[in-house]
Amino acid sequence: MDLTVHAGDVYGYLGPNGAGKTTCLRMMLGLIRPTEGTVRLFGRDPQVTVAALDDVAGFVEAPTFYPYLSGRRNLELLAAFDGGDAPDRIDQALETVELTDRARDRVGGYSHGMRQRIGIAAALLRDPKLLLLDEPATGLDPAGMRDMRLLIRRLADEGMTVLLSSHLLAEVEELCNRVAIVRTGKIVYEGAIADLKRGAGAVYRLATTNDERAMAVCRAQPGIADVRTEHGRICFTAEEPAVADLSQALVEAGALIQALAPQTVTLEDLFFSLTEGDGVVNGGAPAPVEAAR
Amino acid sequence: MSAIDAVRGRRIAARPRSGPGVATVYRWELFKLRHQKRTYLGLGAAALVPILFVIAIHFRHHRDNGGDFAFASYLTKSGLVIPLVILLFGAVWMFPLITALVAGDIFASEDHNGTLKTVLTRSLERWQIFAGKGLAAATYAVAAIFISGTVAVIAGSLQSGFNSVQTLSGSIVSAPKGLELVYLSLLVYLIPIGTVVCIGLLLSTITRNSAAAVVGTLMVSLLFQLIGILPGLGALQPYLLSTQFNAWQGLLRQPIDWSPIVRAVWVCAMYAVPALGTAFLVFLRRDVAGG
Repeated sequence: MDLTVHAGDVYGYLGPNGAGKTTCLRMMLGLIRPTEGTVRLFGRDPQVTVAALDDVAGFVEAPTFYPYLSGRRNLELLAAFDGGDAPDRIDQALETVELTDRARDRVGGYSHGMRQRIGIAAALLRDPKLLLLDEPATGLDPAGMRDMRLLIRRLADEGMTVLLSSHLLAEVEELCNRVAIVRTGKIVYEGAIADLKRGAGAVYRLATTNDERAMAVCRAQPGIADVRTEHGRICFTAEEPAVADLSQALVEAGALIQALAPQTVTLEDLFFSLTEGDGVVNGGAPAPVEAAR
Repeated sequence: MSAIDAVRGRRIAARPRSGPGVATVYRWELFKLRHQKRTYLGLGAAALVPILFVIAIHFRHHRDNGGDFAFASYLTKSGLVIPLVILLFGAVWMFPLITALVAGDIFASEDHNGTLKTVLTRSLERWQIFAGKGLAAATYAVAAIFISGTVAVIAGSLQSGFNSVQTLSGSIVSAPKGLELVYLSLLVYLIPIGTVVCIGLLLSTITRNSAAAVVGTLMVSLLFQLIGILPGLGALQPYLLSTQFNAWQGLLRQPIDWSPIVRAVWVCAMYAVPALGTAFLVFLRRDVAGG
């Protein structure tokens, strides 16, 4: 499995349960050993030395802290474990995640959303080039999800590279510029979301005064593919010029158009077609990977 | 200034990091111990038992002056005997249990809280974390023994006076010399206690369950006691961990008998080194998949 995360990317890492996303992140962070192969972060193997994580921070699954210590104490402990000038960043990290007011409370009393946010604060202490976040919005209420999304967006806008594993496809679509979609431990797509959508082709829905005749016209028309019926409407895939020719052919055949509209392809549609179907969409050629080059 | 720029603060190109190390982990482990109830439970028990013992002697000595164990007849004559008697009886389960409370918990609690993955993804190598935690568990054990001994000296002296002590050879030593012997005995007692720490660390690392590790450590200690009293196994007696808890008695002989102390060192090492080594390797190589 190769992942190419460019500097400045907000990179979505998608896959169904059991696809190996969290396992992969754990290997990247040196928490588990690969049964075969190696992991390289900025050219260094986290299994060999923790120095491989010098420019990396993040959390796998829910971030965890000592519940009997305050949020600030937890950050002080982790900053001490990071060394250098990490302790100097505590106040600003708390401010960034908007937890300054609750910093002296015990983490045991924090809500799930607050723990997620202090998890990001703990990551920021390391001044990372690459932030690895595993399902950061999972379990949050709608307001918490929105806040988390805004926080990640803000960090990304300010230049931080983020690798985001998530089940929330709408969130990934909104936040990420590039994605990797993994199925049973293998990448079935890696590249820009825009390329993925473009590669999938535009899907149109059509309703006419004579759908039977319209179906025949569609099947015979050059540039029109994958003609089928869905929910009583004719669906097909085509480029824009072919659609213009089709409208003329339909009129000439006496099947007057009642509705002809492009159907928006969502990341969710593509995700399911890649992870449940047989299709592999090549929006961009997979390349040898190093994180955040 | 953006949030990230601000967080980065005084980032400089070379980014030198004053490296965190074993001392950092050790310091923070002690800090964490100060914020956990089980620490005070163990240290509280270590302090309370001598006090209860002295109270029991106070109410009992009017009726009966002693029993059939070492120093029994001196219980009401010198308070310096109290810590020695506590050492004698504490070896059965009290001190192993107090020691296990922290040694058995120190890794397992990280699994319970899911915090191992949090600390392992910082800038410390696993061996540094292991060493810091091991030292903290050992420090707690040392504190428990010396708190217990000191409280016993004070409470015993208040009850029976700060008087001279009769050694196991029958000679009498002055109170100051007796006090010196008490603290030397506490030091020697740390040899088997150190082994209990190592067994606790091993079980804490392997079981990843605090209760199992604490109870398991105590069970190992009790198992040695059991083997020691089984008929036909007398030849094993000198090599049992439980026997080494009596090594300090060599100090209470005239002249000092060093042989049980020397034996305690190598017998305890025989148990402690494999336990600590295994715990170390398990911790170094283990996958952290939970939490």
